[in-house]
Amino acid sequence: MLKVEIYITLKKTVVDPQGLVIKHALESLGFSEIAGVRYGKIINMQLDLKDAKIAQRQIDQMCKKLLANPIIEDYHFKIKKT
Amino acid sequence: MKFGVVIFPGSNCDQDCFWAAKDVLGEKAEYIWHNDIDLRGFDCIILPGGFSYGDYLRPGAIARFSRIMKSIVEFAKKGSFVLGICNGFQILLEVGLLPGAMLPNKNLHFICRYIYLKVENSQTPFTHLYKTGQVLSMPIAHHEGNFYITPDGLKRLQDNHQIVLRYCNAAGLVDSNANPNGAVDNIAGIINERGNVFGLMPHPERSSEEILGSDDGLLIFDSIRKWLK
Amino acid sequence: MAEVTAEVYPVRNSVKDDSERIISNGVYRGLGLTDELYQRILKILKRQPTLTELAMFSVEWSEHCGYLCSRKWLKLLPKKGKFKTLIGEDSGGIIVDDLAVIFKMESHNHPSQVEPKQGAATGIGGIIRDIFTAGARPIALMDSLRFGELDKPYNRYLLKGVVDGIQFYGNCVGIPTAGGEIYFEDAYTGNCLVNVMCVGVADKNKIMRARVKGKGNAIIYAGASTGRDGIGGCSVLASAEFGKDEEKRPTVQIGDPFMEKCLIEATLEAIATGYVAGIKDMGAAGLTCSTSEMASSGGMGVDIDLKYVPRREENMQPWELMMSESQERMVLCVKKGKEKAIEKIFSKWGLNAKVIGRVTDDKMVRVKDSGKTVACIPAEALTSPPMYDMPYKEPGYIKEIRKLNIKTLGQPGDYNKALLKILSSPTVINKHWVYEQYDHMVQTNTVVLPGSGDSVVLRLKGTSKAIAVTTDCNGRYCYIEPYHGAQIAVAEAARNLVCVGAEPAAVTDCLNFGNPQKPERFWQFKNCLEGIVSACRFLHLAVVSGNVSFYNENPRGAIYPTPTIGMVGVIDDVKKITTQVFKKEDELIILLGKCIEELGGSEYLKVIHKKICGRVPRLNLDLEARLQKAVLRMIEEGLLSSAHDCSEGGLAVALAECCVSQKDAMIGAEIDNLPAKIRVDALLFGETQSRIIISAATRYLKPIKQIARAYRIPLCVLGRTTKEKRLKILSYIDLPLDKIFDTWWNSFDREVNR
Repeated sequence: MLKVEIYITLKKTVVDPQGLVIKHALESLGFSEIAGVRYGKIINMQLDLKDAKIAQRQIDQMCKKLLANPIIEDYHFKIKKT
Repeated sequence: MKFGVVIFPGSNCDQDCFWAAKDVLGEKAEYIWHNDIDLRGFDCIILPGGFSYGDYLRPGAIARFSRIMKSIVEFAKKGSFVLGICNGFQILLEVGLLPGAMLPNKNLHFICRYIYLKVENSQTPFTHLYKTGQVLSMPIAHHEGNFYITPDGLKRLQDNHQIVLRYCNAAGLVDSNANPNGAVDNIAGIINERGNVFGLMPHPERSSEEILGSDDGLLIFDSIRKWLK
Repeated sequence: MAEVTAEVYPVRNSVKDDSERIISNGVYRGLGLTDELYQRILKILKRQPTLTELAMFSVEWSEHCGYLCSRKWLKLLPKKGKFKTLIGEDSGGIIVDDLAVIFKMESHNHPSQVEPKQGAATGIGGIIRDIFTAGARPIALMDSLRFGELDKPYNRYLLKGVVDGIQFYGNCVGIPTAGGEIYFEDAYTGNCLVNVMCVGVADKNKIMRARVKGKGNAIIYAGASTGRDGIGGCSVLASAEFGKDEEKRPTVQIGDPFMEKCLIEATLEAIATGYVAGIKDMGAAGLTCSTSEMASSGGMGVDIDLKYVPRREENMQPWELMMSESQERMVLCVKKGKEKAIEKIFSKWGLNAKVIGRVTDDKMVRVKDSGKTVACIPAEALTSPPMYDMPYKEPGYIKEIRKLNIKTLGQPGDYNKALLKILSSPTVINKHWVYEQYDHMVQTNTVVLPGSGDSVVLRLKGTSKAIAVTTDCNGRYCYIEPYHGAQIAVAEAARNLVCVGAEPAAVTDCLNFGNPQKPERFWQFKNCLEGIVSACRFLHLAVVSGNVSFYNENPRGAIYPTPTIGMVGVIDDVKKITTQVFKKEDELIILLGKCIEELGGSEYLKVIHKKICGRVPRLNLDLEARLQKAVLRMIEEGLLSSAHDCSEGGLAVALAECCVSQKDAMIGAEIDNLPAKIRVDALLFGETQSRIIISAATRYLKPIKQIARAYRIPLCVLGRTTKEKRLKILSYIDLPLDKIFDTWWNSFDREVNR
């Protein structure tokens, strides 16, 4: 079994109002050191595969096809053996 | 002519579109289940508003893989008409029948209210009953209506007159005050290069009768009908 | 109180499960059952209950589900009125031609105080299910909310969370949240109120009941899988005050509006087949409540095996499955042989539908776990918790708070400033910040949009009719004078319906009070209830459904007694609807009703003088009834351009709202005549009841006067609408409409986002 963590964030060229709101909210709570915030999603997945290379190809396909919108989103992922 | 209104799990404006096409406009209309594949006999397919698949992952991201969408892409390739309203527009963007993508509204809230639209292109099958520059009153109701496209993509839209509707104020002025959601260039509705696929965030079916506050939206349905005659 | 011993009573109905024996007194107390209730259980079963049985009793007999303290008084509510009523197990309604209009209001107060977004969202989910399980397509939602003052950050957090929850659920499920009300009072700090009302429409011959029928018919579980959500929510959470320890978060459920939308469509399709004999939502007390109440209502029994219940968590015990409050689930009683047809419909919409048992005729609720019986309780006994006769006593604060020596009250030096201050008070301000987050137009039935009329109006497609819906309650009035305050809530709701041209038809109520074990709180409940009964009887309005929420208090104190009234009215001709906005320049502005010098309990007194005291405005139900009939006649005859009732903030606020409610078409007004020689502040801001401001073309003055005379309604021509965009009231008020609009439209934004 392989454990996968997929991170999906907005492309840097796209305005991220949620990130901005979060930054302001944290600043109003007294955290003044924040340089920037980007808001994204994590998808945790378990794959019934042993070969990490095959898994990599599969996940890449999944991201391109469904999980991320290539016009506005970037993705990267980590694979761990359980 | 016959309208087809697609129902995805989670669509909730299908009955409203059906009512506008059949009971208000007086044309034939049928529902199409998202798992069907047969679009024979239809002249215009409507992808209605709502929250297909709960808007999970991204609005329209899952609906675009429904069986019916393959048939709709073929349908559009043949030059037949496809009208995507709100969530329907989002599905057309995800499937690539229209360029660009949707982001959350700038104020991060759902917005439901009447707004004004300027008709930028009245030469399309969907808008030829309007005049260019005409100001329409139509409601929006969405959380992700902030239309985004790359600068190159925007230039192409502008050069090809693919921008059909823009948010404006009551006097027709297109500026940031009149932009409810942050959409680039105040874009509310666009058409594909061929001119047979139209996507818009505002709801024409909700402004198709005076009693609802405006009947400006009915002309979109009527334009399709008259174009086909 | 005799100690419970380990004595084994003769076992009835062969429940043999040693591993589930109760072994200590602590167990039932931990589930919220009193010693007295436990003794009753022993008497019913004639043996010790199993853990599953104990869990079932604890939820079914909780105050929230069983209404132990309130049932005796609720029986007084009138069930008949001027419209033909339908009263079902979980909802009720009226007949309008061939349609049944089903509606109900419910509370989700405690969960919302703990987790505002999901608390409000699941409240919406629950009330919707009560409507569509009656076979009615839900066509509108209304929300009636109360929070503490917005200067406290937690109250702002609650407001934002609750509004977010309502929009999150209501928008996705495709039902317009078309209107409502929000009040801000210090008394609600620590106990917010989230009351939600749902209205649905069905063919009058196709209403479903929440009961089982027919021995051998299938019991089908449909919807989401069962998890550990909300276990003990209704017994532990809703039946207790908030203490200092707020670690009650785990008992709040999470809502899935997408699944609910699919459930609505699948259910309505299933009902249309004719194979469904009965249906009920699994709300508070989940599977326990739905199975036992359906059995008891149908005079039958049910036999279910939990092994068939779809679950989403591992190792769930029988008692957990019976107590779970996982959302978006229902129970259907389906005709034998038709199970597959129904399962196919649910499967088409991506939903579970599993036969979990059968209807029996032995009147027992039998629960098995893989064949082994874990509970066997007489259905009727389980669903008939004791009815208590709670003691009541007039609270100590009452005499003091009703005192107000109006002569000692100074008048504002600047009435313009006073008006603007009241207009910017959070309770009075325009709430577009809220309602623009709700999709209030979906289903294309909303013909009077929020903010433009005194009630929401929804057309009934396929007919020439429409229905109007409103929710009303001034908690402050009810705190000072529970009986009169509750009467006023009913009268005001009816008046709001009349102002849009609707004949008030029937009522649903959501009664929110403090701890009923405290005689002073129960006195408030009893008096409010009697007020509702008297007003409804007088106005011939049946109460077709409702909800009681007790224990809305915390160590600081209790909420104001808040008997929220939801009312539905019928408009015979959808073309004859009136809104509150002035329509044309140079029309007459007329006040129907009289102005009395009374300021007790008013918004003006609170906002300007920082006082909450004095007797509430007097209500003359006879005058109120005549006024409503007169205005309906005037609307019927097409005489009126607008109609708006006077409520919080009085005449001046109402006039301001008539001028500025339509942003793009504001119309000025000049008032040069006021009907009484009383204190100016009472004239401008007093909240005298039974008053409606109308506007009309000059040529209609004569017929309007005739109707007013026929119904003996005092009439006073106040002035005219003007081209000049100002509101002028004699020499007291002179403000540009832009300034009024800015205060009234933008202040809420500023309050919420401090």
